[in-house]
Amino acid sequence: MAEALMEVRDLVKEFPIHGGVLGRPVGAVHAVDGVSFDVLRGETLGIVGESGCGKTTTARLLLRLLEPTSGSVAFEGRDIATLSRRELKPLRREMQMIFQDPYSSLNPHKTIGSIIAEPFVVHGVERDASARKRHVQELMDLVGLNPEHYNRYPHEFSGGQRQRVGVARAIALKPKLIVADEPVSALDVSIQAQILNLLRSLQRDLDLTLVLIAHDLSVVRHMCDRVAVMYLGKVVEVGDAAELYARPRHPYTGALLSAVPVADPRLARAARRQILTGEVPSPSSPPPGCRFHTRCPKFVAGHCDVDEPLLTDGDPAHPGHLAACHYPLGDDEGAATARPAA
Amino acid sequence: MTAYIVRRLAWIVVLLALVSALTFVVFYVVPSTDPAQLRAGRNPSPDLVESIRHTYGLDKSKPAQYADFLERAVLHGDLGYSYGHDEPVRQLIFDRLPATIYLTLGAVIVWLAVAIPVGLISAIRRHSIFDRLAMGIALLAISAPVYWLGLVCLYLFSKDIGQFPIFLGSGTYVPPTTDFGTFFGSMIMPWFVLAASFAAFYARLLRSNVLEVMSEDYIRTARAKGVRERIVIRRHVMRSAMTPLVTVLGLDIGVLLGGAILAETVFNIPGIGRLSYEAIQNGDLPVIQGTVLLGAFFIVFLNLVVDIVYAYLDPRIRYS
Amino acid sequence: MAPLLSVENLSVSFDTDDGVVHAVDGVSFQLEAGAVLGVVGESGSGKSVSSLTLLGLTRSARTTVTGRASFDGEDLLAAPEERLRRLRGNDVAMIFQDPLSALHPFYRVGAQLSEAVLAHRDVSKQEARDRAVEMLGLVGIADAKRRLDSYPHELSGGTRQRVMIAMALMNDPKLLIADEPTTALDVTVQAQILELLARLRDELGMAMVIVTHDLGVVASIADEVAVMYAGRIVERASTETIFDAPEHPYTWGLLGSMPRLDALDGADLVPIPGRPPSLIARPGGCHFHPRCPYVREAHKVVDPELVAVEDDPAHAVRCLLPSATRRRVWQELRAGVAPERARTDVIEAEEGER
Repeated sequence: MAEALMEVRDLVKEFPIHGGVLGRPVGAVHAVDGVSFDVLRGETLGIVGESGCGKTTTARLLLRLLEPTSGSVAFEGRDIATLSRRELKPLRREMQMIFQDPYSSLNPHKTIGSIIAEPFVVHGVERDASARKRHVQELMDLVGLNPEHYNRYPHEFSGGQRQRVGVARAIALKPKLIVADEPVSALDVSIQAQILNLLRSLQRDLDLTLVLIAHDLSVVRHMCDRVAVMYLGKVVEVGDAAELYARPRHPYTGALLSAVPVADPRLARAARRQILTGEVPSPSSPPPGCRFHTRCPKFVAGHCDVDEPLLTDGDPAHPGHLAACHYPLGDDEGAATARPAA
Repeated sequence: MTAYIVRRLAWIVVLLALVSALTFVVFYVVPSTDPAQLRAGRNPSPDLVESIRHTYGLDKSKPAQYADFLERAVLHGDLGYSYGHDEPVRQLIFDRLPATIYLTLGAVIVWLAVAIPVGLISAIRRHSIFDRLAMGIALLAISAPVYWLGLVCLYLFSKDIGQFPIFLGSGTYVPPTTDFGTFFGSMIMPWFVLAASFAAFYARLLRSNVLEVMSEDYIRTARAKGVRERIVIRRHVMRSAMTPLVTVLGLDIGVLLGGAILAETVFNIPGIGRLSYEAIQNGDLPVIQGTVLLGAFFIVFLNLVVDIVYAYLDPRIRYS
Repeated sequence: MAPLLSVENLSVSFDTDDGVVHAVDGVSFQLEAGAVLGVVGESGSGKSVSSLTLLGLTRSARTTVTGRASFDGEDLLAAPEERLRRLRGNDVAMIFQDPLSALHPFYRVGAQLSEAVLAHRDVSKQEARDRAVEMLGLVGIADAKRRLDSYPHELSGGTRQRVMIAMALMNDPKLLIADEPTTALDVTVQAQILELLARLRDELGMAMVIVTHDLGVVASIADEVAVMYAGRIVERASTETIFDAPEHPYTWGLLGSMPRLDALDGADLVPIPGRPPSLIARPGGCHFHPRCPYVREAHKVVDPELVAVEDDPAHAVRCLLPSATRRRVWQELRAGVAPERARTDVIEAEEGER
């Protein structure tokens, strides 16, 4: 069993809502509300969910780009939420981020050479300018960019190439962990595939641990070893990817999987789609008990709207596959909504 | 929403207090004639000056004077007595305010009547001759200082001294209740001169707003629905393009109500602007205090009005 | 029966400061009443421009449109603006990708819905409102009467898109053009909207053109698919055929690039190398040749036509490789062979035989 590189325990992030005569906080958006999971060394962990589930906020909390309201994020045993800035800085070399929008995540006033070199400069590595340039050009080559374009500006590149710059920047200091926040959502399908392949090969070659935030379930299935499904600030299911996709236990996971449009007309028309009704409730006033109960096909009044279910084990044959549900899907129910293997 | 308004009104009070304190301090830092001496007239005896000083409370310490002022202003609405004129400040302001209001409102009407059609047509017929000409003239109008433009107009069109005597010239203002015809005639040039640079600015602003809005998705939707182009422009484009103009308009009105000093001086209009100009020249602190407070009040109040109106116009910015 | 929509050799180019952009280049297709056509392509393929042009929404001084397009027998491209205006939102309706930016932020939803009717019919405001309530109900919005008074930003993404669909249906259009209708939506909401569109197709007998980059969307709802690249249709076939027996390297590339839920474990995706071409300076010969793993010398010079496949007149491909060769390559790709090996196995082997 691989050891945990990162341990998240009871992580909470609330954003206060101000109002009233004196502008006092009158409520809060519970963006992340008590989330716990591990990131195992060397794995690719996927975090999926729809808008408002809190996955992007979680990504930022993992790297302490946001301050948690409570809870802990332990990197190699040390809680990064309690460290001072001075103590945190060397840790930042070990954890990096790739952002979603290749158009706004690169400083338009800097050449891509200096963008990729910036991590070196910030952490005082490779002080010699020519050695640094060489190193940057090696990185550019590694991610599939032409090293001769060292002095070009971001606007001269396409979305896919810019994302490669983002990747190069992230791997510059050989971090242990990379958090990729929707790294391919803004790209065309054919380019997506190039970037995903690049991430996979880099992960193998550089022995990286990858946390992939995405809303596209197919992408996550392709890339990830384990998957955590989030809904309205909570993790509702977590486990091995193949297992979770074949036998989802939480009804929300089942609905998500069943909703993905599949590129096979016969399967598409034959599959019994489980279409969810209603909309995601507001994160500032989440439903009591199980948050999903307002849309759940297995809702039981008096239980699901009163007691909040905790992440628990189900099948002893698959330890580590946890679901937060009082009435999880049976093996047959899950399989009906999931896809048959090709 | 009510909570928001209450909060803003409270801030206005705080702000006005700060402004009055600042004015007080600045006045005493800047050297000017001793007000008691001014009041005393020619060749006063030292005793007379002293007694005047005492009457006005000028022999008290500065903080005490300020405290007195605050007490009178807040409790009695009494802004003091002018050193130079022989009237209470409040009376002076009430007398002069109407002229400023007429000047402002008239100018606003003129500049909107010019800017809106020009801005809209320039945007719709982008790069046409009309567009280039209009924007070129606008640039000139923005660059021309009010006093220069005013003097040039007087030189050209003033009935008494002008080359082409058409309009009533400087100093011909009478209140509308006295003689509406003369009032109106005397204000024509001041209105246009004051409106010139604003019209230019607003036309350019509207033009760029319209261009931006025209490329928005919801305009494409309106056309895809088969709505007539005229209605698309009127109902969809203008509604969005004009909304930012409302903000600017409110603030400009706020500033102008505090007194358009240059226009009023050139055309000799007895408004707040002229009043404050004279007061500064004569070191008349109570009047200065009064006009500054008035100006500050108009600006922050219009600021609040603009915010409320904007929330009404743009439903996305409603304060829940 | 004559097709409802018939497009022949449609070409659209824009005169810009950087040069002439050939956005659409000789596109032809037909659509029967009640049928659904899926137009698939990535950014720059010309799929959106084609549909916007059908409604005359790309008309401007710097746009050149050639070819023919007729709707219900009437020529769209030559029609005067007023005639097209009468068709828009009436016989032919269009919905767009992002319902938040596609609805006017300052007006209530009810007013925007009513406007769709009032632009074409002489009815009272109340009648227009009643129709709006009816349409909101049809698209599955609960509490329709109250929703009329909401502003777009107060609604969720899925509800907004339903409102847009309701708005398009206000005048019982014969044809609905949907430009990326589900792209901006969450997956579960996507499923709801696709189900709604399928239901409307069945209940109203409405023809639809669904423009998208997502082959999954097309699989679930389209009868026929046209794949576009660099302003042209490179393959056109029934939906089954496109997924079962595609014959264009770009289509193969798209299918290979997509991660799939039912895919084999651990297999790498097979992306299309390179980037989409510039529409100002397009590659010579076959526009796809710089990125095609099976390119031959001749392909760099000769421009292929869209030609029907021998045994299936509904299946047309724009490629210079012979059909038999293409089928052999597809068999290999389908079995998991990499494109490079497929090329050596099939194409170079064939050339060796000659």
